[in-house]
Amino acid sequence: MAETDINPLRRPLPDGIIPEEAITRTENRWVAVMLGMLAVMMAIIVVTGATHALNPPSNVETIDPTTLHLGGEFVESNLGTAVEPDGSVTVRLIAEQYAFVPDCAKVPVDTPVKFRLTSTDVIHGFLLPATNVNTMVVPGFIAEVRTTFTRPGVYNMPCHEFCGDGHHGMWARVSVVPKEGFPQLTAIERTNCAKQ
Amino acid sequence: MQNSSRLALYHYWVAFAAFLPAMVLGAWQMLMRSPLPAPLDDSNAYYTSVTLHGTAMAYVVTTFFAMGFGYAVTATSLRRPVRGVTAAWIGFVICLIGTVMAAVIVLSGRATVLYTFYPPLLGSAWYYFGVLLLVGGSMIWVALMIYNMAAWKRDNPGQPVPLPMFAITATALLWAWAASGVILELLGVVLPRVLGLTTQIDAALGRTLFSVTLHAIVYFWLMPAYIAFYTLVPQAAGGRLYSDTMGRLTFIMFLVFSLPVGMHHLFADPEHGAGVKFLQSFLTFFVALPTLLTVFSICASLEIAGRARGGRGLLGWIAALPWKEPMVLAVALSLVMLGFGGFGGLINMSYAMNSMIHNTSWVTAHFHLIFGGAVVIMYFAIAYEMWPRITGKPLRSKALARWQLWLWFAGMMIATIPWHLTGLMGQPRRVAIFDYNDPFVARMGPLVIISVIGGMILLVSAILLIVILVRSQLGEKHLATPLRYALAVNPPRYVPASLNGFAMWNAILVVLMVVAYGYPIGQFFILKSSVSAYEVTRQSIGAGVR
Repeated sequence: MAETDINPLRRPLPDGIIPEEAITRTENRWVAVMLGMLAVMMAIIVVTGATHALNPPSNVETIDPTTLHLGGEFVESNLGTAVEPDGSVTVRLIAEQYAFVPDCAKVPVDTPVKFRLTSTDVIHGFLLPATNVNTMVVPGFIAEVRTTFTRPGVYNMPCHEFCGDGHHGMWARVSVVPKEGFPQLTAIERTNCAKQ
Repeated sequence: MQNSSRLALYHYWVAFAAFLPAMVLGAWQMLMRSPLPAPLDDSNAYYTSVTLHGTAMAYVVTTFFAMGFGYAVTATSLRRPVRGVTAAWIGFVICLIGTVMAAVIVLSGRATVLYTFYPPLLGSAWYYFGVLLLVGGSMIWVALMIYNMAAWKRDNPGQPVPLPMFAITATALLWAWAASGVILELLGVVLPRVLGLTTQIDAALGRTLFSVTLHAIVYFWLMPAYIAFYTLVPQAAGGRLYSDTMGRLTFIMFLVFSLPVGMHHLFADPEHGAGVKFLQSFLTFFVALPTLLTVFSICASLEIAGRARGGRGLLGWIAALPWKEPMVLAVALSLVMLGFGGFGGLINMSYAMNSMIHNTSWVTAHFHLIFGGAVVIMYFAIAYEMWPRITGKPLRSKALARWQLWLWFAGMMIATIPWHLTGLMGQPRRVAIFDYNDPFVARMGPLVIISVIGGMILLVSAILLIVILVRSQLGEKHLATPLRYALAVNPPRYVPASLNGFAMWNAILVVLMVVAYGYPIGQFFILKSSVSAYEVTRQSIGAGVR
């Protein structure tokens, strides 16, 4: 009976067992502590964001996906890794159902790298695990992310937004190679992650 | 529970009837993406299943549960019949038709677009119409909540609206605001293209409008759980609510702060600038405040109960709490999951840290802990509290109910802790098949297998829930004590108008929404970022994508 009965009516507690003033005082103290905690967290984010230039991809740059192949920045011959006059590199990639083009990008270690991506069809995602490189690739826009790789190695590059029934097959790679060997690589070698 | 009994019961049953199959799908999805063999090993079915699981859990279970809870709360907290019962039934039928429509279309493979339906992925128009009917039908409920509160205030001038009614009306207003994003996206962006009225579609505008819904909808799911925290938990524990004012402020803060923050879901999007992202990151911090205040209020209320039951010393009151009450056990388990999930959420909403885990299984872990864990376990406890009152038949049994809650907690923790870790390792979410021969993916294999075990425990718990509810309903009639809500330690005799209604808060919200979303949405009228789109259906995969 006790087990099946619900909330047998107990003698209710009387009103005002804790004075109103005491409750208000305690609550105000708690609110102040919590606001202080949130303020500290916010300050850390502002300071680290400003000093480390940690900004998510936020270049609002449009592009017409229907004319990508006809000319301009994302024409086929311009895809992959390009060396800029200042020594940094720019990697241009196209995301489409269900591949990244090219499916490999070689970049030199300890060098500023700028990824520029766009989509020809639906929304894709671009993620390099264990780095701060992470962006959505939205058709009609160019997504730009910057990073510097400090360790050589091959980074997997999965599409991280559902883009249709072949989504799981959309993996590419970024291969970070020693700085010395990079300038000698041909354009084909720069888009080939297969082991030599 | 008068005229609202049947109304509430039907809503609850639709919610739980959708919940069980959605759980089966979820468990199967976990097997599919793991290194273990899965029955019906088919990646297309996986994405269809994710769409159905998400649509059922995010729209159907939650909306029906909140509506049923709203009618029950209206009748019991105002202690008078719900007004507008006919309209409520019409709303119920509209929502049900929408649900069936959406489910049938997704099952037929013609709308595999996930519940977030990010265009330019397009599905059958009937799927979107189904979702619109469900969301639109629930607006009748929103109107009825507002109407019932207003009518009570008119009949009881100067009286404070009972906290449960005040809170459920805040929930209804929050849902109306939240739903505006998805309704605008479907009517303004998706359907014109699906129906062939336009040839272009603005994918980025669609995402931005959806972000208005995307965060606030989570608080809509959360609100019934918080209403239970404030009004049912202290009562079940045998105590009093620490403070009525704090409760009102909490629900007002949820309404005001959960809306102008949705763009923290778009931190990694290229179509918005750093300024608006930073602004909404800043605003997002405020939405943590009501939760932090709630944790304090609920612990203080429980302490009052524990001490009234003879608990002594610094922590002795915890042991003295009536842990045999499902509601008391559920709140403790819920707060633990809320703690873990909330911690993950603080990372997600941090402007720069989000880059580490955006769209990885970390995010899946986060919202499963918060919604699937902290919130849904309170839905269970609410059902256990309400079933005897609605059906007039006692719960069979409290011991079984405690088992169900513990299993749910254990399953959710075992499932989501590995997801957090694989997310940090860089495992993307919403992926049907992983190549576990790849050394990068292979490292995640053991963790994924552990999470599958958690998923199976969750499924067992869900089945147990249905068993308990059906068994109870088939039992013998028994005189049940009426549902009572916790009174505050100092019951309010008078509250200022600002804490007894929402007019001022809605006005503030309008200003905040214009500040937060005016530019982000307005920019699309200048940017001209529309792209051509085509229907993504099963057939087009077989016949080549384009």
